[in-house]
Amino acid sequence: MSAPSPVPKLPVSLAANPKLSSWVRFSGEGGVAISPGKVEIGQGIVTALAQIAADELDVDIGRIELIRASTAASPNEGVTSGSLSVQQSGRALRHVCAEVRQRFLAAASERLGVDASLLGVDDGTISGPGNVRTSYWELAGDVSLDQDATAGAVAKPAATRGVAGHSVQRVDIPDKVFARSRFIHDCALPGLAHGRMLRPDISGARLIALDERAARAVPGLVAIVRDGGFAGVVADSEAAAEAALKALRKGATWSAGELLPDEDDLAGFLKRQPVETTVIDTRAAATTKRAARTLRQQYTRPYIAHASIAPSCAMARWDGDRIRVWTHSQGVYLLRADLAIVLELPAENIVVEHMEGAGCYGHNAADDVALDAALLAKATGGLPVRVQWSRHDEMSHAPFGAAMAVEIEADLDADNEIIGWRHAIWSNGHAARPGRAAQPALLAASEIANPYPRMISTNPPAANGGGGDRNSVPLYDLPAWTITSHRLLTMPVRTSALRTLGAQGNVFAIESLLDEIAALRGEDPIAFRLRHLRDERASDVIRAAARRAQWKPQKQSGTGHGVGFARYKNTGAYCAAIAEIEGTDDIRVRRLTLAVDVGEAINPDGVINQIEGGAIQATSWVLKERVRFDRTRITSTSWTDYPILTFNEVPAVDVEVIQRPEIEPVGAGEAAHGPVTAAIGNALFDCLGVRVRNLPITRDKIIAAMELAS
Amino acid sequence: MPTIQFQLNGAAAAVDADPDQTLLDVLRGRLGVTGPHFGCGAGECGACYVMVGDRAMASCDMPMWSVADKDVITVEGLGTAEQPHPLQRAFISEQAMQCGYCVSGILISAAALLKRNPSPTEAEVRAALDRNLCRCGSHNRMVRAVLRAAAETATS
Repeated sequence: MSAPSPVPKLPVSLAANPKLSSWVRFSGEGGVAISPGKVEIGQGIVTALAQIAADELDVDIGRIELIRASTAASPNEGVTSGSLSVQQSGRALRHVCAEVRQRFLAAASERLGVDASLLGVDDGTISGPGNVRTSYWELAGDVSLDQDATAGAVAKPAATRGVAGHSVQRVDIPDKVFARSRFIHDCALPGLAHGRMLRPDISGARLIALDERAARAVPGLVAIVRDGGFAGVVADSEAAAEAALKALRKGATWSAGELLPDEDDLAGFLKRQPVETTVIDTRAAATTKRAARTLRQQYTRPYIAHASIAPSCAMARWDGDRIRVWTHSQGVYLLRADLAIVLELPAENIVVEHMEGAGCYGHNAADDVALDAALLAKATGGLPVRVQWSRHDEMSHAPFGAAMAVEIEADLDADNEIIGWRHAIWSNGHAARPGRAAQPALLAASEIANPYPRMISTNPPAANGGGGDRNSVPLYDLPAWTITSHRLLTMPVRTSALRTLGAQGNVFAIESLLDEIAALRGEDPIAFRLRHLRDERASDVIRAAARRAQWKPQKQSGTGHGVGFARYKNTGAYCAAIAEIEGTDDIRVRRLTLAVDVGEAINPDGVINQIEGGAIQATSWVLKERVRFDRTRITSTSWTDYPILTFNEVPAVDVEVIQRPEIEPVGAGEAAHGPVTAAIGNALFDCLGVRVRNLPITRDKIIAAMELAS
Repeated sequence: MPTIQFQLNGAAAAVDADPDQTLLDVLRGRLGVTGPHFGCGAGECGACYVMVGDRAMASCDMPMWSVADKDVITVEGLGTAEQPHPLQRAFISEQAMQCGYCVSGILISAAALLKRNPSPTEAEVRAALDRNLCRCGSHNRMVRAVLRAAAETATS
């Protein structure tokens, strides 16, 4: 593959935020401040971005200070999601830093009287023949970065990068092992008060009466805030806030709620709802072979909780009609837009600043709790208020990843070759993020006295990878297909973006049915896949995973092997997974072997960490996870009721990164989930001869499948 | 309110506290010791673990009365950047986390294990960490880090 020639076009994030100084500045003490619009959510992005900047500027990575995103100063990069941070922020920073370097070399040339082409940069010191030297910091006064980026800057060739492409240690890890506070939960603002929210157990119930007397008697109480169905307490300590909330809860009267679906008939529920139907893609066959048979299977996945280890948390402080909000939201500008609607303030009166929270796997309650904090802080006369949700509310009021039913019909010819393919999805939308509509998406906005309607989740457009339909178009070269997405227009269970959106469900369905067809043909499932792929990078990851897992090990009783593959969003990272499982009626995943291609891996260990983590999280989803509810309330509100994979249960995970320094980098955070899900399902078939098509794959379902088969 | 005395990270501590208040509240609130994290408030996730004697225990449901005269170690008491605990060094070497919110509790469980059993097997490490939840999927890195710390301690 040849290196891509420089195109006279700015990277997307830079085109939207062209001013160089909004991305990079030199500070007096030999420092370099880098200011991305993307945020650290546990994925290690700040390190990857520091690597890119250090490389292009030729400074030691230790000089780089990453500035947390804030609407006061940062470039607006929308939301940190979709595995796009390296792709968007990274490309922008690479371009910015290349241009900044070029501008400084021009200024140095002028000052030193040496042609710029003879100058080099070493850790920020610019030197040339005759021992002449200066530095970024000496020249900082001469070079204005308050200028727009131009399309002409050319980044270093891949081969000369010394930092990007290497497994540099993450910059945030020392703070985290030595308990030096980085988390919003640990931040101590002077005069900080603590808020807690009163929310119903019954789904959709509204607060109709509130006896505040007992709560008022709690020592340390600062305020009880009520606005229609929105209610919370503020106190001078967390313990006092908890005590006041407990008292307040006893005085609350709630309306009846909304009927929830039958958790044991998700497919039936999804298929009975009013929907908006979209044909995602069609491909017509060149010939009109007749189908000898049609194989039809239905796959489901349940609602899945984000279930971060920390409950969502935010801080807010009012100063007259201006407010500052600290949040672990994925999008500070988007959150600000919704806050402006609900608080009825111009956006410029609001500063939203990012602070780290626990690992974020999509649109959790971070944005909701930010509005909670803003509303509670109004009652404190300028005191900062930190609001932290309870574990219970985190597991019941935060948006969930949407349940899905996927039905595929495959037309097969007499040799069981695929000649037609129809894939239909029923699901709620997979995104109801703030900042993208005229109405706010935040929970409290639907609770206040003049409430906004609860936003029904929608799907991102296909150009952004789609939502429920994400990864529903096969990457395989099948002769004909029709892909249809049915998005629910009702939403009794609140859904929004969870890692991979619909890709986990779609990849599970596609890869399971392909496996089934390969088995019908008596063909090796890897050979079958390779035969249907035209993309060498796709074939390469499958072959690499197969080689690494020594596919296919001899069949032993009580063990099984399965494969799964996808290119995330069909435009992102390629990933193949091979699962090795053991079991007789309950299964254990022993080992996952993965190969991944993200183009240029900026930090290979960071990519491995993301893939490992994604693989383990996916295993947890597949074997254990399912949001539980009865007809009136979410019941999986604790770790006992919503168990996740533990240390004793996690498989060994082995990852190979196919490094392609000449190809633009893409993210790794969501690449593993679909392939791992499918690989485990397919390994189950190899192990026990049955398929469980309704996730999670539990002992009960395996036994039921075996009984059906016998 | 009674004064409750205990040892915190090797120093004497005395707090006037409601005996039913939790240790986590006192640590994170009045004492400003924020290494132990709130995760669930029910002793189910391990984010708030502290070491009492040679046992890792949840501090979110540990009443203050039960702490009297006990020796309590939080992650702050394990080591510092200047004088790191072998586990802290190993977690950096192995890049053993993603978000790191659960790590303070996991370091405590691991430190308590190594106190009781300086050269554990991998299975023993997994068993010792099994009550700590990690949502990012960094388990295997953490297990490797604990084994590395044990090996380094054995050879030093």
